[in-house]
Amino acid sequence: MTPPAVLVVGAGPAGLSAAHELARSGVGPVVVAERESAAGGVPRHCDHTGFGLQDLRRPLSGPAYARLLARRAEGAGARILLRTTVADVDQDGAVTLIGPDGITTVRPRAVLLATGARERPRAARLVPGDRPAGVFTTGQLQQWVLLRDLPVGRRAVVVGAEHVAYSAVLTLRRAGVATVAMVTDLPRHQTVPVFATVTRVGLRVPLRTSSRVVGLHGTGRLEAVDVEDLVTGGVDRLEADTVVFTGDWVPDHDLARRSGVALDRSTRGPRTDVAGRTTRPGVLAAGNLVHPGETAGLAALAGRETARRLATTWSDRPDSPSPGAASGLAVGVSGALRSVVPALVDPADPPHRLLLRTGTFGPGRLVVARQGGAVVGSHRLRHATPHRSLSVPGTLVAAADPAAGPLELSLI
Amino acid sequence: MIAADRHGYDVAVVGAGVVGCAIARRLTLDGASVVVLDRAPDVGDGTSKANTAILHTGFDTVPGTLESRLVARGHRLLADYAESTGIAVERTGALLVAWDDEQEAALPGLLARAEANGYGDALLVDAAEVRRGEPHLGPGARAGLLVPGEWVVDPWSVSLAFATEAVTAGAELRLSTPVTGVDRSGGGHEVRVPGGVIRARWLVNAAGLGADLVDRMLDRADFTVTPRRGQLLVFDKAARTLLTHILLPVPTERSKGVLVSPTTWGNVLLGPTAEDLDDRTDTATTTAGLELLLGAGGRILPALVDEEVTAAYAGLRAATEHRDYQIRCHPDLAYVTVGGIRSTGLTASPAIAEHVAGLLSDAGARWEGVPVAPTPPTMPPLGENQVRPMRDPVRIASDPDYGTALCHCEQVSRGEVRDACRSLVPATGLGGVRRRTRAMNGRCQGFWCGAEVVATVAEETGTDPAVLTRTTA
Ligand SMILES: Cc1cc2nc3c(=O)[nH]c(=O)nc-3n(C[C@H](O)[C@H](O)[C@H](O)COP(=O)(O)OP(=O)(O)OC[C@H]3O[C@@H](n4cnc5c(N)ncnc54)[C@H](O)[C@@H]3O)c2cc1C
Ligand SMILES: Cc1cc2nc3c(=O)[nH]c(=O)nc-3n(C[C@H](O)[C@H](O)[C@H](O)COP(=O)(O)OP(=O)(O)OC[C@H]3O[C@@H](n4cnc5c(N)ncnc54)[C@H](O)[C@@H]3O)c2cc1C
Repeated sequence: MTPPAVLVVGAGPAGLSAAHELARSGVGPVVVAERESAAGGVPRHCDHTGFGLQDLRRPLSGPAYARLLARRAEGAGARILLRTTVADVDQDGAVTLIGPDGITTVRPRAVLLATGARERPRAARLVPGDRPAGVFTTGQLQQWVLLRDLPVGRRAVVVGAEHVAYSAVLTLRRAGVATVAMVTDLPRHQTVPVFATVTRVGLRVPLRTSSRVVGLHGTGRLEAVDVEDLVTGGVDRLEADTVVFTGDWVPDHDLARRSGVALDRSTRGPRTDVAGRTTRPGVLAAGNLVHPGETAGLAALAGRETARRLATTWSDRPDSPSPGAASGLAVGVSGALRSVVPALVDPADPPHRLLLRTGTFGPGRLVVARQGGAVVGSHRLRHATPHRSLSVPGTLVAAADPAAGPLELSLI
Repeated sequence: MIAADRHGYDVAVVGAGVVGCAIARRLTLDGASVVVLDRAPDVGDGTSKANTAILHTGFDTVPGTLESRLVARGHRLLADYAESTGIAVERTGALLVAWDDEQEAALPGLLARAEANGYGDALLVDAAEVRRGEPHLGPGARAGLLVPGEWVVDPWSVSLAFATEAVTAGAELRLSTPVTGVDRSGGGHEVRVPGGVIRARWLVNAAGLGADLVDRMLDRADFTVTPRRGQLLVFDKAARTLLTHILLPVPTERSKGVLVSPTTWGNVLLGPTAEDLDDRTDTATTTAGLELLLGAGGRILPALVDEEVTAAYAGLRAATEHRDYQIRCHPDLAYVTVGGIRSTGLTASPAIAEHVAGLLSDAGARWEGVPVAPTPPTMPPLGENQVRPMRDPVRIASDPDYGTALCHCEQVSRGEVRDACRSLVPATGLGGVRRRTRAMNGRCQGFWCGAEVVATVAEETGTDPAVLTRTTA
């Protein structure tokens, strides 16, 4: 194989958008390694519309969006290797690829990790009880129904009430499964009001707020789900043969960690700067790996921004040096805010946007950036909903002093 | 009538756990015609699939007991067997860590007990050495006892290898076959199973949690089984770097404590609890159990509980009112009962098999066939420290399916899942595929690969996916 200038790991929206941008900029050979048999990442099995609005400015179904992103990347000259797992990124920069043709080693000048995120499964949520069949995450359910046409069950409980939980209800419906309840530990749903209303009123799916699943029962197949009301302490046993654990994202950071990339304590994804650089020189990261649970469009835009910044650096430097380690002013969060991406910023060259997460509804909607106690910027959000994407313009940090102490964002 | 012929088999073994499989292998190699009966759809589907997977030295057993002798002998036999079959073993050694005065005071006694059990390699170590060996331990470790011979083994492959070798040598394996009664007839047995009876001259009861119930079928009441549940948490592979040894608790009068152990698959185990139950099928985990484990784990290895949990499960020890194994031969009944194999049976299994063969021989049992030389099967390399097919260029070149990933977290190829469905003791369900390949056992628990694995197994086994997903077995 001709040594790639950039090896992109993962052909989801982030990886494909980055590959498209890099190939278009003429940085040299761009190779995308994807372990599945088709490119596109998660949208491949999200068969509803709304994809592409943020990045391509047109509405597409998930599969159509996935195909288009792959075609655009290839059209610009990127090469996509399917059924190809990136197994290791060694300390000396050698990258091991495994596929049906064998095991190969490449030495790209830069590696871009775009390995995505997954939903936290049942055991990781410490839900006790039996270990019956019929326990899903939304990602698994969607592949089950849309890619493989496998039978699901009859009666489901959906755990979670963020966007993806509502998407799970639709997939279940399509598979002929009735959702008997949605369960969230928060006092309200966390999606757009219209989805919540249509599901509750139109599809007659009750939402149990301030509740959590405390047990699964069933010797072979799932038979019942115990749901505890966190206010009264009462436990109801709901008959169901299917339970779907939705949202509660975990970055797929295994390769990143094994490559020696440091993680952010709050996102558990790589700590990156505005250029997508990680703590390890030569290794970049973008998309859901860095900020899990965003929309596909935002993941795509993040991939594009990372690629653009790398291409710009290289256009100034004919020797295309391997990117250095992440640098900049550290940004942290306090109070209700749970995380911010990127973790390092340059006030002189702010990112397009900062992506935030809050743990509670409110207190208010004003995001304030402080440096050493002094306010350097603020921005009013349209909503402050847990588990939902909160995006503020990068200019929020433009007035910070690069030489002074770290920035802290809070919600008031 | 199901029986192979009118005279039936030399031996019927009830139970295809690790003990029943080991016995079936031993007797078949000795020349016996053997049938193994289990109600479960796979071998090793009971307690043998849900334990802590430690190859015990027997250093802390009660000196002079049958258990003490068979565990020590089993350690040697199983280590050799693992070597000849390619079953993963990691020679980690164990470190018992004392956290308070009482535990520290108990260490010399444990050292003496190890010596009384014929184990001479244990070593007392001071706080500094403990910390040097295990720098991620929580604060407060006082001293330790190092037991270099305690290792970890891939537990699932052991039952499978014994069963495979037994079947290769001519044993018959009848799964999904519950034994509902036993009738004596002409010096032999008629074993009742759904749809008929199976005739055998000798009966070996290796029914684990059901061993006392099978005993009652022969009008014996040697013991009563009280299931003792052990809940366990499996942590993400990222936690593997946090420890080198199996970290064992120091047992005291007040508590048995829990252990933290590496697994051969590269994960970390935390557990088990010890709860006496009435229900012989209750392998559920509980809120209280998981909380207890996380509390204890956080004290032993604080960084452990920051990592994701990959799986939670529970196993049931077949405890009885006796402190020792209950292995008895009743020559008048042409019957051997193998009960009370509580918490060391994985290790002891090949030694138990040897012991049972000896009891039968002493009782005058003679077999139809001639002894055959062992033909240890080559088991798939499932250990994290072994060369897995996806890391083996020669395997991939021979068959590209070994380079085609199916389960990404555990790096399992399509070829391995296919092989598991076609092997001599084949997987018939998803649980069987998990145990033979590791597929779907990883951190995503099927988020990425679940649908693909189910579709592949349905195709390979010719089973309707709706049937496959009716159980996790
Ligand atoms: C069930 C579900 C429903 C969703 N619904 C919507 C929706 O309706 N609208 C929306 O906008 N967003 C939705 N999202 C979110 C959206 O899918 C993600 O934001 C987006 O896919 C993230 O893109 P990504 O490129 O970062 O990662 P992914 O799409 O996750 O892609 C990562 C890719 O990397 C590959 N990979 C990982 N590791 C390796 C390796 N070592 N070697 C080779 N390849 C590797 C994976 O196979 C995968 O193809 C949904 C997500 C889920 C899980
Ligand atoms: C939490 C825990 C941790 C442990 N840790 C270790 C360890 O680290 N090291 C170690 O060496 N040992 C350990 N053990 C012990 C070890 O797992 C057991 O001793 C061993 O698995 C017992 O094997 P078995 O074949 O006797 O029983 P089982 O595996 O239970 O097999 C008995 C079989 O009999 C079948 N059966 C029962 N009744 C009938 C019937 N009527 N008809 C047909 N079939 C029937 C069952 O279906 C079952 O498959 C542990 C056990 C537990 C529970």
